[in-house]
Amino acid sequence: MSAATTTKNFSVTLRVWRQAGTKQAGRFVEYAAKDLDPNMSFLEMLDVVNDELTLKGDEPIAFAHDCREGICGTCSCTINGKPHGPGKGIATCQLYMRSFREGDLITVEPFRAEAFPVVKDLVTDRSAFDKIQQAGGFITARAGSAPEANAAPVPKPDADLAMDAATCIGCGACVAACKNASAMLFVAAKVSHLGLLPQGQAERDRRVLAMAHTMDELGFGNCTNQYECSAACPKLISHDFIARMNRDYLTASVRSVFKVESASSGGGAG
Amino acid sequence: MATLESKVPPGPLADKWRKHKADIKLVNPANKRKYEIIVVGAGLAGSSAASSLADLGYKVKSFVFHDSPRRAHSIAAQGGINAAKNYQNDGDSVHRLFYDTIKGGDYRSREANVHRLAEVSVNIIDQCVAQGVPFAREYGGLLANRSFGGAQVSRTFYARGQTGQQLLLGAYSALMRTVGQGTVELHTQSEMLDLVVVGGQAKGIIVRDLVTGAIERHAADAVILATGGYGNVFNLSTYARGSNATAIWRAYKRGACLANPCYTQIHPTCIPVSGEYQSKLTLMSESLRNDGRIWVPKKKEDSGKAPGSIPEGERDYYLERMYPAFGNLCPRDIASRAAKRVCDEGRGVGTSGLGVYLDFSDAINRLGENSVRERYGNLFDIYHEITAESAYQQPMRIFPAVHYTMGGLWVDYNLMSNVPGLFVLGEANFSDHGANRLGASALMQGLADGYFVIPYTIGDYLAGQKPGSRPSVDAPEFKAAEENVRSMTSHFLGIKGKQPVSHFHKRLGKIMWELCGMARTKAGLERALREIPALREEFWASVNVPGSAADLNQSLEQAGRVADFIELGELLCRDALTREESCGGHFREEHQHPDGECKRDDEKFGHVAAWEYQGKDQVPLRNTEALNYESVKMSVRNYK
Repeated sequence: MSAATTTKNFSVTLRVWRQAGTKQAGRFVEYAAKDLDPNMSFLEMLDVVNDELTLKGDEPIAFAHDCREGICGTCSCTINGKPHGPGKGIATCQLYMRSFREGDLITVEPFRAEAFPVVKDLVTDRSAFDKIQQAGGFITARAGSAPEANAAPVPKPDADLAMDAATCIGCGACVAACKNASAMLFVAAKVSHLGLLPQGQAERDRRVLAMAHTMDELGFGNCTNQYECSAACPKLISHDFIARMNRDYLTASVRSVFKVESASSGGGAG
Repeated sequence: MATLESKVPPGPLADKWRKHKADIKLVNPANKRKYEIIVVGAGLAGSSAASSLADLGYKVKSFVFHDSPRRAHSIAAQGGINAAKNYQNDGDSVHRLFYDTIKGGDYRSREANVHRLAEVSVNIIDQCVAQGVPFAREYGGLLANRSFGGAQVSRTFYARGQTGQQLLLGAYSALMRTVGQGTVELHTQSEMLDLVVVGGQAKGIIVRDLVTGAIERHAADAVILATGGYGNVFNLSTYARGSNATAIWRAYKRGACLANPCYTQIHPTCIPVSGEYQSKLTLMSESLRNDGRIWVPKKKEDSGKAPGSIPEGERDYYLERMYPAFGNLCPRDIASRAAKRVCDEGRGVGTSGLGVYLDFSDAINRLGENSVRERYGNLFDIYHEITAESAYQQPMRIFPAVHYTMGGLWVDYNLMSNVPGLFVLGEANFSDHGANRLGASALMQGLADGYFVIPYTIGDYLAGQKPGSRPSVDAPEFKAAEENVRSMTSHFLGIKGKQPVSHFHKRLGKIMWELCGMARTKAGLERALREIPALREEFWASVNVPGSAADLNQSLEQAGRVADFIELGELLCRDALTREESCGGHFREEHQHPDGECKRDDEKFGHVAAWEYQGKDQVPLRNTEALNYESVKMSVRNYK
């Protein structure tokens, strides 16, 4: 983002998506946002607009937000057609009004995707992401069962790459940016994070198959390699992880065909 | 009067936990599935507790007000997690971590709890690595460490500047695994609005579905609150906007004692306030103090000058000067007060004069810009986004901000409150950090409580409850609690006053920060105790809560939380007024040594103050639990 070029207060017009509920029809409504300090965050600007709406007897604009420091993944506005708005590598809450100019018309919408139905105004239901994680986004390790932490060294480059993938905040901007509303970057990040680590190997095949199948079932689209996802990602997670996941998926699919399983997986003595 | 029995086991300190685990009652595996446990909150403590209890075989229901458990504010912890692994061969041990934590807490925490925390710290790292938490590693592939405040060893494990995120995603992945297996029932966007006490025991909760507005009753054999701290009572803080005290406050009103509310942590390194509209203060991790040097100009006249134009000899590296042994890595309460002092002297920097420099130029000269970027790049990026300034080219401007609350619901050694069946974990309880928490200890405590303490101690309570004896949600206590919630909701919507909820939150925050912040006085606290009740009256007479109770209504959610903050703020000030001493984060100007350090009064205040609700408009009762130190000697904290 560019440095502050103005310290003077200014005014903009907002064109905001208003929708009373999932089943109701939505529409854009215009609001004036006046006397804005360029050092305000975008969400603080919405706070001010909402307080004015409340005092006028109107219902404030519902928007999702929490940590306001770009890490919880709650905030999720599409601003002027871009998930999380102008600026690279930021979430909506990290966007500051100094990015806009006097008289700008700013269009604010929820993240749009079939798998993310609108709950109200700018708030969507992203529980589909939790369902994908439930299918396999974990390493099974009950509390109490873990071996000594330094027993298995992890080469630093692997650990660093795993961390790059693990920085995903689960906001869904990748889905909103994709013309197919694909969740490939989200799933690939988790699959790669765990698959790069030695402790993630035991469940590696099962994980990628289960997560990919669940993603399909939940109505996310396919990847057609446009990489809008990485461009919109507030953590700039690389689309290279998608290629990595595709390799994992292929290997796991082939292996699952030829897999020999023990006939007696349970049971016990005594 | 509440009974506060700490239930600290007898025997030598280092053997207590091991012996206690061997002595407490067990629930047999076939019976575990007959017990239902409610866990409210899904940060580090809540997620780790829910999945660990489900793995043991209990039926667990997890409630979060967020749209996903992964959003809980543990996610934002930056710097690291302590553990006594001694991987650095620098002399660390369980005893040293225990001792540093007790001393860091200014001898106001419970000795046995802290020792247990230090003991299980090593298991936490093992557990997190097994789950795939990508901690920083050395080139040999082994785990890396860094230093944090209040310690002279390197025992902090970290994942870049996003340690909380990675630990929470580890705990979240375990929670998702158990939800997928059907052993945890997950209720997102569900806010606990009351605790249901039946026959003197916690047996359920009332929640509001934040999307549909439905009020639901949930019964259980035990209730766990892991709902975090109450720092947003100050309005501006490093907490998430949604972080609130409603769960613990409503439990307080049902009889659970609230201990030491005046112990609040002001973090020394946050980005300064820029304007009235501000909704949030952003932390710059304590880890930056490993390589950043804090200074202000020696002369008042220089405070408005560009930092680069002030020569080395004219700079006051005040922490290095005042605390040579710990320097920039002295504990948070001490660093914060020192910053306030130099700003009060007129030497603060930035347009408001409420700021000090955190300077990386030495580190950049020594290590090169790339090494500094590798260590702290994401923090420098955050700083740049917010201030449009580059910390590679000029020093950061920082100022203290509310960051954590050491006080919380009173719990015994088993983490059970004085209401049987109600357990409290993580920041929501009071026990481990005394009057000041050391950096990288919050993550440690949250996960210790969830992974390694509650799985043992809850069995001791449940073994005394007959399987299948939990009450039905049709019991009169549930009906009454639901009525209580419904009447509060309709009351809010009916006021239709002149001011939005945020107006009252801001005003409360100003009172709290000015009169009960980094420095407190008798006169100031008495003023706060007049102003807050007046604000409460005004709130209930003239707040405007638009919309309806039957759908997503963020104003309504906020109204309930701010109503509770106003009441809690009053109790916080009352606790601060009563505690006639200075300790850790609680600094009473009347009680200081000539050099400005905290002057404790162990004889009169070497105890926990646990406040008990006595009804609306009644002065609450102040119960005490004496702090008996068997192993360490209470002494004056010295970081010089």
